[in-house]
Amino acid sequence: MIVNAELDIAAESQESVEMLSGGEMIARALEDEGVEFIFGYPGGAVLHIYDALFKAASVPHVLVRHEQAATHAADGYARATGKPGVVLVTSGPGATNAVTGIATAYMDSIPMVVLSGQVQSHLIGEDAFQETDMLGISRPIVKHSFQVRHASQLPLVIKKAFHIAASGRPGPVVIDIPKDITRPDERFPYEYPQSVTLRSYSPAVRGHSGQIRKAAKLLLSAKRPIIYSGGGVILGEGSDLLRELARHLNFPVTNTLMGLGAYPGSDRQFLGMLGMHGFYEANMAMHHSDVILAVGARFDDRVTNTVAKFCPGAKIIHIDVDPAAISKTVTADIPIVGPVRAVLTDLLEAIRSAQGNDESATEAVSLDPWWKQIEEWRASHGLWTGRRFGESDYIKPQEVIQSLYRITEGNAFVTSDVGQHQMFAAQYYKFDEPRRWINSGGLGTMGFGLPAAMGVKLAFPEDDVACVTGEGSIQMNIQELSTCLQYNTPVKIINLRNNYLGMVKQWQDMQYEGRYAMSTYEDSLPDFMKLVESYGHVGIEVKDKNQLDAKMAEAFALKDRLVFLDVFVDPMEHVYPMHVAPNGSMKDMWLSKNERS
Amino acid sequence: MRRIISILLENEPGALSRVVGLFSQRGYNIETLNVAATEDATLSRLTLTTNGDDRHIEQITKHLNRLVDVVKLVDLTEGAHVERDLMLIKVRADSTQREEIKRTTDIFRGQIVDVGPRVYTIQLAGTTDKLDSFVSAIPEADILEVVRSGVAGIARGEKVLRP
Repeated sequence: MIVNAELDIAAESQESVEMLSGGEMIARALEDEGVEFIFGYPGGAVLHIYDALFKAASVPHVLVRHEQAATHAADGYARATGKPGVVLVTSGPGATNAVTGIATAYMDSIPMVVLSGQVQSHLIGEDAFQETDMLGISRPIVKHSFQVRHASQLPLVIKKAFHIAASGRPGPVVIDIPKDITRPDERFPYEYPQSVTLRSYSPAVRGHSGQIRKAAKLLLSAKRPIIYSGGGVILGEGSDLLRELARHLNFPVTNTLMGLGAYPGSDRQFLGMLGMHGFYEANMAMHHSDVILAVGARFDDRVTNTVAKFCPGAKIIHIDVDPAAISKTVTADIPIVGPVRAVLTDLLEAIRSAQGNDESATEAVSLDPWWKQIEEWRASHGLWTGRRFGESDYIKPQEVIQSLYRITEGNAFVTSDVGQHQMFAAQYYKFDEPRRWINSGGLGTMGFGLPAAMGVKLAFPEDDVACVTGEGSIQMNIQELSTCLQYNTPVKIINLRNNYLGMVKQWQDMQYEGRYAMSTYEDSLPDFMKLVESYGHVGIEVKDKNQLDAKMAEAFALKDRLVFLDVFVDPMEHVYPMHVAPNGSMKDMWLSKNERS
Repeated sequence: MRRIISILLENEPGALSRVVGLFSQRGYNIETLNVAATEDATLSRLTLTTNGDDRHIEQITKHLNRLVDVVKLVDLTEGAHVERDLMLIKVRADSTQREEIKRTTDIFRGQIVDVGPRVYTIQLAGTTDKLDSFVSAIPEADILEVVRSGVAGIARGEKVLRP
């Protein structure tokens, strides 16, 4: 009798609560989380989930042609929108194929939630069919990971995953889900948590006020200041505040590869990208600065060149939400841990209040000599002057990007793959807004561009989306042309075709006496026109430089078609400036094949 | 410099591998590692010793703190603390050696916890240095097996590491 009474009470209390299977919980939780797209590929271990998604029909699913592309598409979506990208893959090869894309997102701190199927709980560890230790394989390249042990844990685990992925310094989170957890015949109460707190995870919410006051004072005393801002400003939605700060102080600004667009590329105070292939004036200004304000940047080796020779006269203020990013390679004089919006808000206030108090006491430091020096650098070797590449019968790759910029009026989303074309795009497309430049900066993943463009186009169907690529990179995920047809994502692929693995060739020219070890395809390249046509798209070839703008315009005029613009460019062109390495400093650059700074 | 880092860790599957993986991934060295559940079943206490300068240790602690499963951590070497390593050592103890080994064990305040016709197993707790000294006091040829727990540590006084 007692047992029965207890059961009645349990049944009664559950009446108001929905009973769902594990698979249904996943479909519902993704809906409750506001997920717009799932990028994935089905397989044995996730069939219950796919069936639940099919029946619920609430969150659209994009069927890619390879799991790596699912992660890159979700990544492109996340970079463009700021919302976590969502991936669903099966166990074993499905999961391992996703690994490169997870690592790509991890290196660039992109929010992503990856649901990976797993063999049934009782088979784990038995080398079952399509079993792989996904938690183990992904451990060094995730912000966090979960393996679900019981279906009733699913709502909380999914909520936690989204919370962790998107907060603090964002990153990918893997949820490994054994098949039996999602079985349709066992139902459990479902309630999606509104919010979640974790005792072991609490990202900083404010910067230290004392440090911020110290920083304000140092900035106001600077004679040769520079703002060095990175991807963190974009991730932390701090672009407007960065602009306000830079304009208020009249400081020059340089952006990292990941930070392009955080400060307008066409602005007078913008010195261009810095680093290995950074602008002359940006690298020179960094090297000769006395105060560097680093915001959401991580002093990556592609920025600093030789760390021991990095900016010898500079005091460094470093703002980052991740304490581990501070003083990792270059020691900060004033570290400030906090989210970029909160810190920049407080910093602006501290600067204004210091200026208000000290107006009579000290005169503002004049930045005129510093700007004069910068303008001299800009005039002598600046990229915008266009003297970085000469005349040629060939189309110069830089001219292709300039044409793309003209035709899209600087408003396109531009994704890229990895190599020379990526650097040309970063140098010559002046991004005025954040989240428009989408590239794999940290990991440098070839094959990123096309699937990322697909993710961006799905999120912004009305906008122009260009994928700048080369014949090497595009072939690493070219199968996604099929996905682009199925889901109607008419992106424009701008192929800078030089018939070499261009960046590899450049290094071989510079360091290996022009021995092109395995960096040519000889005559094995496909006929890209026929190839894209067979996928149902449009191919346009450009060989004559006088036709470049017209063909570019033609491609973008075909609003509802994917166009592959195959532009034959100068195969011998190099990317300059280029840091002298090893043992060079920020100011040591090759400016052309025979000119050094 | 040798450091003792003590960590409160979520008692979750895979949590330990995240800590250990971090050290190999970032090229840090673990010299000893000790881990067990605490009075709170949801938490494990992990003590590890490592070597490095201040900058190195700062990076290690920052990266450890970044792990979602790490609830709290402390560098015990920054303040007064108690540390203990437990050793079980099996030594050859023939009739001629038995007295000498017994004496050495007493001097180190160890205990003989198992006796065989030709072997003693000795239990000894103390700092790493003390255990090292004991090992060097026994002729190398007579040492048959050494098992050490690795350092476990706790701060002196009222300082506690709690969630």
